Amino acid sequence: MSLDKESVKKVASLARIRMSDEELERMMPQLSKIIGFVEQLAEVNTDNVEPLANVVDITPELRKDVVNDGGYADKILENAPEETQGYFVVPKVVE
Amino acid sequence: MSKLTDLTIASALTGLDNKDFTAVELAQAHIDAMAEHSALNAFITETPDIALKQAESSDKRRASGDAGALDGIPLAIKDLFCTNGVQTTAASRILEGFIPQYESTVTQKLFDDGAVMLGKTNLDEFAMGSSNTTSYYGNVINPWKREGDDTDLTPGGSSGGSAAAVAAQICMGATGTDTGGSIRQPASFCGITGMKPTYGRCSRWGTIAFASSLDQAGTFARSVEDNALLLRSMSGHDPKDSTSANKSVPDFAAALTGDIKGKVIGIPKEYRVDGMPEEISALWQRGIEWLESAGATTIEVSLPHTHYALATYYVIAPAEASSNLARYDGVRFGHRAKEDDLTDMYEITRAEGFGEEVKRRIMIGTYALSSGYYDAYYIKAQKVRRLISQDFLSAFEKCDALLTPTAPSSAFAIGENEDDPIKMYLNDVFTVPASLAGLPGISIPAGVDAQGLPLGLQVIGRPWDEETVFKVAGVVENLAQFAYVPQTVKRLPHD
Repeated sequence: MSLDKESVKKVASLARIRMSDEELERMMPQLSKIIGFVEQLAEVNTDNVEPLANVVDITPELRKDVVNDGGYADKILENAPEETQGYFVVPKVVE
Repeated sequence: MSKLTDLTIASALTGLDNKDFTAVELAQAHIDAMAEHSALNAFITETPDIALKQAESSDKRRASGDAGALDGIPLAIKDLFCTNGVQTTAASRILEGFIPQYESTVTQKLFDDGAVMLGKTNLDEFAMGSSNTTSYYGNVINPWKREGDDTDLTPGGSSGGSAAAVAAQICMGATGTDTGGSIRQPASFCGITGMKPTYGRCSRWGTIAFASSLDQAGTFARSVEDNALLLRSMSGHDPKDSTSANKSVPDFAAALTGDIKGKVIGIPKEYRVDGMPEEISALWQRGIEWLESAGATTIEVSLPHTHYALATYYVIAPAEASSNLARYDGVRFGHRAKEDDLTDMYEITRAEGFGEEVKRRIMIGTYALSSGYYDAYYIKAQKVRRLISQDFLSAFEKCDALLTPTAPSSAFAIGENEDDPIKMYLNDVFTVPASLAGLPGISIPAGVDAQGLPLGLQVIGRPWDEETVFKVAGVVENLAQFAYVPQTVKRLPHD
């Protein structure tokens, strides 16, 4: 299957990656090639096969539903590109 | 006495115990080697001050009889493990300047056992690559060269910096992560031993995520025994990672008895791929003969879905990556584009912060997970993944471990295989299947090709049976007697 430019543009927008026309053009054949490569999976008979999500035989343990972490907002904010009064700052969203 | 940087971890521990040298002297010898080999670009961040401080504390602990299992051993840490107070980048621009305020469980365990950190090693950006050429911080150069040819070769990837640093004797061991072959393939390219344990053996907490159902921490060192020592330290259950196994951690090094009498080793026929270089087939055959001469039986086994492993991997890994990498949005950490509109800020931050290969994989993953395609790609790949896993489990009803080549070639030149992403992906053809099945696998240097470059053999074991993997690998190591050293190490004048 080959992806057209509009589809690549849509995927870039879903992935929140800005791409110039030139980049979209460059990405188009590369993505088409990879998608074409993985499409060989369609040949495999997977009737009655359950999808595998957890590869090893361990049952994840549930922990008690209690607060067991936190209380260090300063550490959380340490790497923030912009912060003020204990909050992350983002560009204005509502007028 | 041999140079301190020539020692294995096991012999260095004995030397420290015997007071032949101090941890500070050992750290300093490796710090000097790090400076000497800076052209390899194996490190993104060097931490000599931390190393010396840790080494001083180590000497005190040893003096008072409190030395841990790896006390005073200088290691390099792949820059995918978060280290408290030390920049951690995943080799991406998007994390440039990121200083974690916490320690990954794996590094914490190593430090608890007294290990010394020399620095954070270079890798493919977010561990996506097989040649360490996608790092924002530049390519890593393999310490090996072809005979009579000065062309720079890749160390493999993604853990290329860790593998190069161990091969160049800058550190005694290093951490890596393996998602589709990122420990075993660079170990093969750099002529050292690299071990990926069973998925769930090591905690993933504090390790920057690529593909969560595949990512697993592991080890690099210059002997099988050293890998066993490192892995024991790193392993174990962690309440902070629900996929880490609540299983006791064996003394892996104790499995190195050399006794494989009665073991049955499977040789997967589907790994005899078209176009495999004759030298690699021949090395594989030698490996089979070594194991037989040591008393094992070898049998042919079939892993019928092998052919579909790469396609499966290149749906699942990018899909999980696209989801994991959604967190890099310019808000909480890392790079941020100066934009007044929120969506512009997200999109331009990510456009500037991610490199080409990462963008490509996020795009593939986003496509595979998008509405209308999810069942056809992601669910289909998860079903084929089950078939691949079942192939291995059926094979392990007839044998105790598998022997295969690690990679379809020796180290290639930087820039080779870059014209076509699929060609690059083919590097992982022998390592990806075991990753998809979550199995332990090790690469041991077993010979060199006509150009003098190292080639590895891979041993794959049952889930949680790292001990058999180490045992068989130990026999391969003994019989291969791989004594080659990279020219870069040989060429430098010894003090």
